[in-house]
Amino acid sequence: MSDWTPSQHELDRRRLRRRLRTRSALIATAMTVVVFVVVGLVVTGSPGWPSVQALFFSWDDAREALPDIWDAIWLNIKMFLIAEAIILPLAMLIALARVSRSPWLAPLRVTAIVWTDVIRGIPTILLVYLLAFGVPALQLQGLPNSAYVWATVALIISYSAYVAEVFRSGIESVHPSQWASAQALGLTRGQTLRHVVVPQGVRRVVPPLLNDFVSLQKDTALASAAGVFEAVFVARDYGNYNFNYTPLVVVSCFFIVMTVPLARLCDWLTARMRRRELAGAL
Amino acid sequence: MSLLSVTGLRKSYGDRVVLDDVALTIEPHDVICLIGSSGSGKSTLLRCLNLLEEIDDGVITFEGREVSDPRVDPREVRSRMGMVFQAYNLFPHLSVVDNCTLAPRRVHGVPRGEAEARARALLDRFGLSEHADKHPDQLSGGQQQRVALVRAMCTSPTLLLLDEITAALDPELVGEVLEIVRAEASAGMTMVIATHEMAFARDVATSVCFLDKGRILEQGPPAQIFSDPREERTRQFLRRVLPA
Repeated sequence: MSDWTPSQHELDRRRLRRRLRTRSALIATAMTVVVFVVVGLVVTGSPGWPSVQALFFSWDDAREALPDIWDAIWLNIKMFLIAEAIILPLAMLIALARVSRSPWLAPLRVTAIVWTDVIRGIPTILLVYLLAFGVPALQLQGLPNSAYVWATVALIISYSAYVAEVFRSGIESVHPSQWASAQALGLTRGQTLRHVVVPQGVRRVVPPLLNDFVSLQKDTALASAAGVFEAVFVARDYGNYNFNYTPLVVVSCFFIVMTVPLARLCDWLTARMRRRELAGAL
Repeated sequence: MSLLSVTGLRKSYGDRVVLDDVALTIEPHDVICLIGSSGSGKSTLLRCLNLLEEIDDGVITFEGREVSDPRVDPREVRSRMGMVFQAYNLFPHLSVVDNCTLAPRRVHGVPRGEAEARARALLDRFGLSEHADKHPDQLSGGQQQRVALVRAMCTSPTLLLLDEITAALDPELVGEVLEIVRAEASAGMTMVIATHEMAFARDVATSVCFLDKGRILEQGPPAQIFSDPREERTRQFLRRVLPA
């Protein structure tokens, strides 16, 4: 309404609120600066810092190794992009198999349970070894022999089990009343999953899903164990020749840079979903 | 001295003015019923009293102190007020008795044994003793809402805010909940109740406020509001909600 002007009391209160806000902002800034400066001083002031700095944070070595790492990191990126694209549908199928109820699908259900139990129990690096060295040794016709391909397959197998369980937890977190109301509308179990339960479940598990993908991006480094010439391999190679491990730090920075956009995208997506679904509810 | 007083209260969400120049005084042992159509501002008024909303103008004074001052710690105020919501809002992962002892133990520092004894006594008084160790989802809506009332009273608040607590209940369950409120009212509990139950309001209120478009259009004893309202809007509203 236009005929309302804030009372003097309200103006005073706004001034006070502003002052309190400014105070919180100042405290936040001061605390942040203090904490980081103290941590920085403790690290750089430690007795062994000069040698650590020379070994891990040397500009010259960073510059020298950068072109090779830059080339090799594309291999990691290719690996996780391919793996993610395959893992999502595969994991969803495993999750759906696990929540299926039809007696005809019992074998599928058992397979899905055994798959997740066994695969999650095996350290990913062992899967990489097994597939990258084992499959080519079978000498089967028509199968690729490249360690790169089989390391990627190992990652897909390993993460499909984790991601399947994430999907399943999302599906099972949807309230039973949603099942009831969808089935009351005459939808089949499959249709209920497809149109009602899975869309809601997937939204809820976006943050843990992202967790797994960030983890997967980093685990592409395991391919180095099978001799794939990816970024970590290149960095370690450089270190072994020059006795300087700065390239490992450089690779870490690459990994961070790759994961941060994904994290922000996920934050943005979840915030948007919340705004849409809770609009006006509180 | 009045327990709570509100003057010039204004609350808006963007351009939408939800409460406009609201004034209200609550004396100890008052039972104030807020009536009016949905969206008239009843719930928002309760949420403002409990400092769940930041107000845009006006003064709220509780127990002689201005609580709308930004320097006031809202938790201190809320620890003296109880509030019950339309949707019960019990904590599903805690048993009934744990729901009731959470605030006494964590906020008021009451020892576990003492808090449980008090909670069980209150549950018993309202016929819920057999459900004390169950989880909320095992109870009916009416039972859950009664537990919510007990939970709000376990901290011995000086003021109880009830926000349409029977709106989500089956008609046959409404009675058992209102019975508790009635008992509390006659025991002298001070309450502000937003409600659609006109018969109950007429019965239990010491004073009825009719809200319309964010304003308290008229306030008076229930006998006067329900039989001889001053405002035409009140009359229209009552004609719609009261059986002819």
